[in-house]
Parts: sequence; structure tokens; C-alpha cells
Amino acid sequence: MSDDDARPSRAETPDQVSGEVKKTAKKSTRKKAAKTTAKKTAQRAPASKAGAKKKAKRKKRDDRPLVLVTGAAGGLGRLVCRKLHRRYRVCGVDRRPFPDRPKDIEHLRIDLRRKSAAAAIKKMKPAAIVHLGVIHNPHAGDAFRFNLEGTAQLLRVAEAIDVDKFVYLSSANLYGPSATSSGFLTEEAPLMGAGRSPEVRDLISLDMMVQSLFWKRPASETVILRPVHIVGPHLRNAPSKYFRLGRIPTVMGFDPMIQLLHELDLVDAMLKALEPGIRGVFNISGAGQAPLSRLIRARPGQQLFIPGPMFVAALDRMFQLHITQFPSTELDHLRYSCLVDDRRARDDLGFVPQRSMQETLADLD
Amino acid sequence: MQQAIKDRVDPALIDRIDAIPRENIGEFGTDAFGFDPEVVKLIAPVANWFYRRYFRVNARGLEHLPEGRFLLISNHSGQLPFDGFMIGTACLTEAPRPRIVRSMVERWSAELPFVSHFFVRAGQVVGDPATCRRLLENDEAVLVFPEGARGINKLFAKRYQLESFGTGFMRLALETGTPIVPVAVVGAEEQAPAIYDIKPLAKLLGFPAAPIIFPQLVPLPLPVRYHITFGPPMTFEGTGDEDDEVVVEYVKKVRNTIQRMLQAGLEQRQGLF
Repeated sequence: MSDDDARPSRAETPDQVSGEVKKTAKKSTRKKAAKTTAKKTAQRAPASKAGAKKKAKRKKRDDRPLVLVTGAAGGLGRLVCRKLHRRYRVCGVDRRPFPDRPKDIEHLRIDLRRKSAAAAIKKMKPAAIVHLGVIHNPHAGDAFRFNLEGTAQLLRVAEAIDVDKFVYLSSANLYGPSATSSGFLTEEAPLMGAGRSPEVRDLISLDMMVQSLFWKRPASETVILRPVHIVGPHLRNAPSKYFRLGRIPTVMGFDPMIQLLHELDLVDAMLKALEPGIRGVFNISGAGQAPLSRLIRARPGQQLFIPGPMFVAALDRMFQLHITQFPSTELDHLRYSCLVDDRRARDDLGFVPQRSMQETLADLD
Repeated sequence: MQQAIKDRVDPALIDRIDAIPRENIGEFGTDAFGFDPEVVKLIAPVANWFYRRYFRVNARGLEHLPEGRFLLISNHSGQLPFDGFMIGTACLTEAPRPRIVRSMVERWSAELPFVSHFFVRAGQVVGDPATCRRLLENDEAVLVFPEGARGINKLFAKRYQLESFGTGFMRLALETGTPIVPVAVVGAEEQAPAIYDIKPLAKLLGFPAAPIIFPQLVPLPLPVRYHITFGPPMTFEGTGDEDDEVVVEYVKKVRNTIQRMLQAGLEQRQGLF
């Protein structure tokens, strides 16, 4: 794919955009055309014909609000979709396939950056958008473009269709671990995680892009969730992988306090965020906090103590060789605490984590 | 090994540590900030040795310590924070109701390997108003040195002269309705007499100060005798949202009380050792 069609069009009005999309769609591959509009899809692309027909049928008998979930085929996306489809109509968006999805979940296999994606979402007019489709793997070559351009496009669509609810999954790691940070950070704390890490810098700018919806579309309810380390049996994110290691490396002389959140607790928070009337930024934390060394002791893995400079050197080399996805710039997570205050989530969102840290760790494999 | 150390500790001391309030201890044995009473059992013998043998502390007024939350406000001196260590030991080993004192430590110490981790387990927290508020809301006893680094690093010529006090502690006390217990430590000023502070070196190393100490050259404390006086609790009515002038006035009252207690302690003292 060339870079040009990845870049979203400058034309902002919906008509112009869809017009352009139609034009490009005619020229481009069958697969792309499939996603332009539902009608065209039905005529041209046999692969998604069935899907479109089903959707048309269901529209008649299913008038529950439609929720669009980006990154639906990821570990967390699947969990969220499975939970949401009991209460909402759910449409997943992901460039990866989502083969084992429940029957009533639709899936748009499309790259969020494509104009055709924008057109298809506009056509669907979802009542709510849950944005999980953010790549965290720094080795994924186009992670930077995908995250920023995809999110920018999604936000433009959300504005254009005046979506009722926009939920974005950010992270408490954006506050950044720091020796000097105060004990429990509230949502107003500055996002200082960027430090030396370009990946975190991108994630902060995504968080801020979504924040702009607060003033651009005050009528839409925008929710930004900033959860602590999410771990769970279905996830392959950094913290889950870390605690699954047979030998768990730590930085010698440091033992930070850690907060963990079970994947299903996060899904609960997601459901709460979709309730009407909820808006704002929320820190989401599991029950309690504990020193890293004691969390490791609750796991079968063995703790390794590695002197800081050696750890950095080894990690840099391994990162270059693509053995690890964990850049040494984020090693401060193993040195200093980054604790968040989740009082607002408890009071305003009504979110109370159901699983203790022991249960969360035991449930990991 | 931990058990082996604990077995050698005076059982009366273990009982006192077991008697400290534990409502805030979580499922992994620590509170939200990482404090663990079991680790205190390992440190207690060392603290006790310093308290009884090395500094031979003479603590008075411990009966004044209230129940529930309170703020200990003390003068700060001696280049190394043994004064905080001894105030904590006094509250743990000699107070009628044993308490763990949470001191607000310098931010830079939190970056040191091993030290930071050890401090945290022993109940020390990085000095920050939000942290302090949370601790007080949890009914903890918090030790604040309002002089901060200026106090502990003052030169020998300025001994027992209080530096200016910050006002943060007073706002927190007013906001959370916390009684203030004034504390005067006499003796610590002579443990490491500093004759000069090499400021450029301190800046280079990132330390708060780089004092030249005479006679022992390294900032290890001399075995001076400590006299720690705890005053009756002072309560101030307010919301914490007062104008600066009002708060400064309250702070002055606390500062004057401590200065008076220091004078009294100095007059009563017979010899440095």
C-alpha cells in the first residue's frame, strides 16, 4: 500500500469524502470496494455479500444501539466484543481476521486509515465507538502511522456522525513511573511518561487527540479510560507476558509498588463507560497494590536480580534482535512506582474491581 | 533467615510491633505505600541498638501522643537523618501506644537503589502533600521536618537556630483536622559538625549538600546523647483554605513552640555525651 492513500483526505465534509471514496473504490481492488458502501458491497464482493444481507435482515429485528469496536480481533478486543454483544449490536473493525466471533457480531476487515473505512463507518452510523485499535508493538513497522492516522480518521468520523459515545482505552503508564512522583496520581496529573520513549510519546498524543473531542463535540460523551497494567489469560501484552516468564528479571536494588487490573475487570469498566451520562477521564485500577517482588513470588516464575546498567545493555541488544518488544527506555517501570488514584472511577463510574491481585495473578495462564 | 533474625529480637519489641494499627495493610502484607510491619521487625533490633546504646536517647513527653492521626513537627539537624530515625524508634519502643511514624523523606533518596526500597518497606514516604494527605486520611502518624534539607545541612555555627518553616504541613493539618505534636531534638546538631558546605560539589553529585565535617571527616555521627522532647498536641481550627497570612501566623506559633522547647532542652542538658 502506498503512503498516499494512507493519508486521510483533506476534504472534510462527509459528501466530498464519500464521493472521493466512491471514485477510488472503483479503481481499487475488489476487497477495498467491498467496504465502500453496503449496497456496493452487496453487488461487487461476494465474500461480504452474506454479511451485508445478514446485517440488513438483523436491522429489522434488532434495534439495539450499534457499537463499533476497533481492534476487535486483538486479545482485549475479542473479550470486549463477547461481552458487549449481549447488550448491543456490535461491529468489529480490524485489519486482522476475527474468525471465531459470535454469529451476531459483524466484522469489517479493514485498515482504519483507509477512506473506505471512514465511509463504511459513516454509513453504519454507530451510536458508540470503542477505540481499542492501537498497536503497542514497537517492532510493527507502521505502528506510528497506523495509530496516529487511524485514530485521527476515526475521530473525524466520530465528529461527522455526531456519535453519542466515544470510549478510548488509554493507559495509566502515560503518567510515567518516577522516583519523585507523588504517591497516587489523579487524572489531572501531567502525562510525563514520554521521557525517552518514542512509543509512549505517540500514545500520549493519541490520548490528547481524543481529549480534543471534549470541546469539539460537547454533545458526544467522550470517555478516556487509563487503566493500570492489564493482565489476563487472553492477553499477550507486555505485563501479561512479563509475569508468565519462567525467570522474571527485575532491576537490582529496586522494588516498585505495582497495581494490576484483571482483563475482565477492564471489560466491566468498559461496559460502565458505555452507560449514558458517563463522560470524562478515568483512572482504572484493580484492588490494591503490592511490591513487584511479592507479585513475582505469587507466580511460578523465579525472580532474577539484574544490575541496572547490565539490564539496559542486554535489553537494548535483545530489542535490536527483535527478541523482546520491551525497549530499555521503559525500564523505569521496574524501578519506580506509577500508582494512580482511582477514586473518580469508583465514585462517578461506579467501577469496583471484582478480583484481588492474588486471583488476577493466579488466573494468568 | 527472616525468622532466625526475628527469633533473636526481644519478644516485648515484637509484641509492640504487632500492636501497631494494621487496618491499612493489604493482601500482600504491605500498605498502599509499601510499608511492611514484618520488615520493621528485622530493622527494630538495629534501631533499638542505636536508640539505647549509641545515642542513649532520653525521650520525654511521649504520653502526649494522641490516638489516631497526628503530625509530628520537628527541628531537623545532623547531616544524616538519624533524628527522624530516633523519633520513630521512640514512638515505636517507648510510647504508651506503639506507633509507626511515617516520615516524609527527601525526594532524591527515592532514586537510590536499595536505600529507596528499604526506606519504603520501613514506612518512609517521599515528601509530597498528596501523599501526606492520604496518610493522614488513613489515620497514620506522619513526621514532617518543615525546615527540609536547609535544616539538616545547616553549618555548626548555626546550630539550634531554626530555619524558616514551610507552610504546607499546616494547610494539611487544617484540612484534615490533624493535631500537631511539636518535637525538639537536642544533641543531633553535634553528631556531625559541618564547617563548610561545598555547593558546587553537591550540585555535581546531585546531593542536597556536600558538607566538610570536623572532627570525623565522614558524615558518620558521633555518639552524642539525644534528648527528644514531645510537646502537648496543638490543634488549629480551619479548612486549609485560609489566606497565607493566617497560615503563616499558625506556623509561627508552632515554630516558636519548638524553639522554646529547644532552649529548654539545651539549658537542661549536661554535656554532649
